[in-house]
Amino acid sequence: MTEPLIIELSSPGRCAVSLPKLDVPQAAELPDEWLRDDLALPEVSERDLVSHYVRLSQLNYAVDIGFYPLGSCTMKYNPRINEDTARLEGFAASHPLQPAVLTQGSLELLCRLQDALAALTGLEGVSLQPAAGAQGELAGVLMIRAYHQARGDTARKVMLIPDTAHGTNPASTAMAGYEAVEVASDARGNVDLDDLYSKLGPQVAGIMLTNPSTLGLFEERILEVTAAVHAAGALVYGDGANFNALMGKVRPAELGIDIMHFNLHKTFSTPHGGGGPGSGPVAVRSDLAPFLPGPIAVRDENSYVLHMPKHSIGAIKAFYGQFSILVRAYTYIRMLGAEGLRDAAESAVLAANYLQAKLRGTLPLPYERTCMHECVFEGRIKGAEDVRALDISKRMIDYGIHPPTNYFPLIVPEALMVEPTETESLATLDRFVEIVQSIVAEAHSNPALLREAPHNAPVGRLDEVQAARRLILSWHDKG
Amino acid sequence: MLSGIGVSSIDELFEVIPEALRDPEIVLPPALSELEVMAELREMADRNANTHTSPCFLGAGAYNHFIPSAVSHIANRSEFVTAYTPYQPEIAQGTLQVIFEYQSMICALTGMEVSNASHYDGATSLAEAILMASNIARGKRTRVLLNGGINPMYLQTVRTYTQGTDLELESSPLLDGDVDALAERIDGQTACVAVQLPDFAGRLFSLEKLADAAHRHGALLIVVQYPIALGMLKPAGAYGADIVVGDGQPLGNALSFGGPYLGYMACRREHVRRLSGRLVGETVDTHGRRGFVLTLSAREQHIRREKATSNICSNQGLNMLVAAMYMAAMGKNGLRQVAELCYHKAHYAASEIAKLPGYRLVYDAPFFNEFIIECPANAEALNKRLYEEYGIIGGYALGSLEARLEHQMLVCVTEMNTADQIERLLAGLKEVVQ
Repeated sequence: MTEPLIIELSSPGRCAVSLPKLDVPQAAELPDEWLRDDLALPEVSERDLVSHYVRLSQLNYAVDIGFYPLGSCTMKYNPRINEDTARLEGFAASHPLQPAVLTQGSLELLCRLQDALAALTGLEGVSLQPAAGAQGELAGVLMIRAYHQARGDTARKVMLIPDTAHGTNPASTAMAGYEAVEVASDARGNVDLDDLYSKLGPQVAGIMLTNPSTLGLFEERILEVTAAVHAAGALVYGDGANFNALMGKVRPAELGIDIMHFNLHKTFSTPHGGGGPGSGPVAVRSDLAPFLPGPIAVRDENSYVLHMPKHSIGAIKAFYGQFSILVRAYTYIRMLGAEGLRDAAESAVLAANYLQAKLRGTLPLPYERTCMHECVFEGRIKGAEDVRALDISKRMIDYGIHPPTNYFPLIVPEALMVEPTETESLATLDRFVEIVQSIVAEAHSNPALLREAPHNAPVGRLDEVQAARRLILSWHDKG
Repeated sequence: MLSGIGVSSIDELFEVIPEALRDPEIVLPPALSELEVMAELREMADRNANTHTSPCFLGAGAYNHFIPSAVSHIANRSEFVTAYTPYQPEIAQGTLQVIFEYQSMICALTGMEVSNASHYDGATSLAEAILMASNIARGKRTRVLLNGGINPMYLQTVRTYTQGTDLELESSPLLDGDVDALAERIDGQTACVAVQLPDFAGRLFSLEKLADAAHRHGALLIVVQYPIALGMLKPAGAYGADIVVGDGQPLGNALSFGGPYLGYMACRREHVRRLSGRLVGETVDTHGRRGFVLTLSAREQHIRREKATSNICSNQGLNMLVAAMYMAAMGKNGLRQVAELCYHKAHYAASEIAKLPGYRLVYDAPFFNEFIIECPANAEALNKRLYEEYGIIGGYALGSLEARLEHQMLVCVTEMNTADQIERLLAGLKEVVQ
């Protein structure tokens, strides 16, 4: 089941849009040398356009279709009211450079969202500007750099990063001009304190800590970690990718986190959109607030205005953040309130522990501990050693669910990282357990069924090696 | 569920959190019903002016263009909205094919050979392009020349992105559009030179000398372009640009108070391995059928970590989808028509404003659909009265950038501005200073 390319539907002279006639006198044309000869875009009717994209949409799996336990991505259900509030005309059709007096509603919403994120974290300064988690990280690392520089402490060149971290942490570190140094994990999946202590020193600018870690485990000695980092004069960056486990349960500031980013598209139910837009606000303790990226909405005496923090690292993108995503996140917080958010975190942790308990014995579990919002298994089956985690995942597609995250975190061999989220019913969780058990049985009885999976998807397994070797990145490449 | 886990309460699952810190009091406004939330948000939204109900002459990086109904409707399909990054390509062919088509159409529009799946916005795509140019020079060239005609918000973002690097940014004064002088400053230490065309003041200029000078010295030419203008203008790719970037918001995306938008980014084929962001390539499945996958991911952070081309780990999926559908809906003729409407309406408005007593056009260079006017009064004060008395959202008052420009206003005219709206603007500009 494949769909032609839109260019293959093109027919000369068609256009899906009708435009008005020019209603003012025509101006002198630009000289020909300025003008393009041809514009090789498709020419299709509205009917063909709509059908093409609707058919393409039907080739996608999505949260609205079913279970999507993609670890680390928090694929929770996205309430529909979020879509309606984001599209209110006063928000969707307002220009970002309208004078502040003409955008008071939007600026108030930004202030209220900042307040809510501050209340949830105990970190008082908030900038909503970063466009995604990775950009929040870059902003955070640049703030760490600005903080040390403002104190005249320019010898710190190293950022410590646990070996379980997302790849964005070292990449953001490198972009900010720091050297990334890895810290090992111990046998319980925590930061190895001896390794940490041996690497701390006057050269260390900070540590980037994901808590719960990407193993789905709460850092058991986090107070010792953050105290040691602070004692070395360094700052603690909290990667908020997994904040869904902790909303309302603990304030990161009280764990010793100085700066953290949020992933509003994970924790606060904004849609993932096939890969974005994300939204990655950053929150900091009050003495770091002057370094925040901006401009930021603030309350003046009796109105709202945009303000650039005094020692800001600067604007990290144009304008004030992914605004319509911020409207959605605010809507979610407003619907749930503090109790609702805490319930969500508790239900997410409950669901992950339930799956971990039910599948214990079916798949190897590298860390025998209570997990938080996700659990990580090894996709290895005793007696069917040639079956890999990828094969298990591809077979899940045939059962009508989205597979977990594969091969991450890197320290778990053949990792299968399962994040059920709080929005799935017990029946859905039980069905997942049955599916995994069936697949493990199939791995023994008919391993080819797994290795050749998926069998029921729009296409079969795709040749990624050929894609990288032949490199066809547009329809013009086919000559 | 608890007994299945072997605990007696949910609290037991959280015992790992130090007890004194567990379950703090969080002060948030109480939860509301859907009906109440909608009413509250509607009340907030209604306190903003908006471009549907007020004629708008603001551009400066965000543009008020027509959004076809078909585009909004298909872009809201659940299957697109609630999917994630296509890590499992067999059940993400919809998203992957849309990205492949988007990449193809961006190449057609810009005259470039390779496009990525989008960056956050125009400003970040420029910043990433500069880091890319530095990587292509393997860090051996440190000078970055920035034309004063680049959107100042983009320049701020570039400064933020590069503050931890050893790149030396040299920007010409704000609105200084002298590209010949810029060309003369290029030398063997220059990693890249970046310009915007049309520039922040709306002006058009020739890229030929600049492209020659850059290539003679082994530097890269980066050009920021407004995609609607490319409906009629010869694209930077035709002049030999190495990297072309810009904001794709005008391609069907709502203004939405500044975001989310998308940054498009295209380059010459030889640089594809230094390009940041996601790329989709065509391949075949086990039955030989055409299919699409994410490719060259060895450039990216989840594989290369600190050696990656960028830290970016998403694209602006939904905004890219909208831009792709918009380009397909408009097609070759529709996009040209939109560009021509913008061009002619803007030129009519500019010539009529120049006739008003006390007003003049600041530059006489050719332009597309934006132009700067010198007003007989402070432009911000003038805008206030334009809104209060004529219901018009005026142009961008440049005094917020530099005090010396307090009488100047950057005016943008698009296909959304009818002849009546332009007459209303003319009447307003004339009468509020009398």
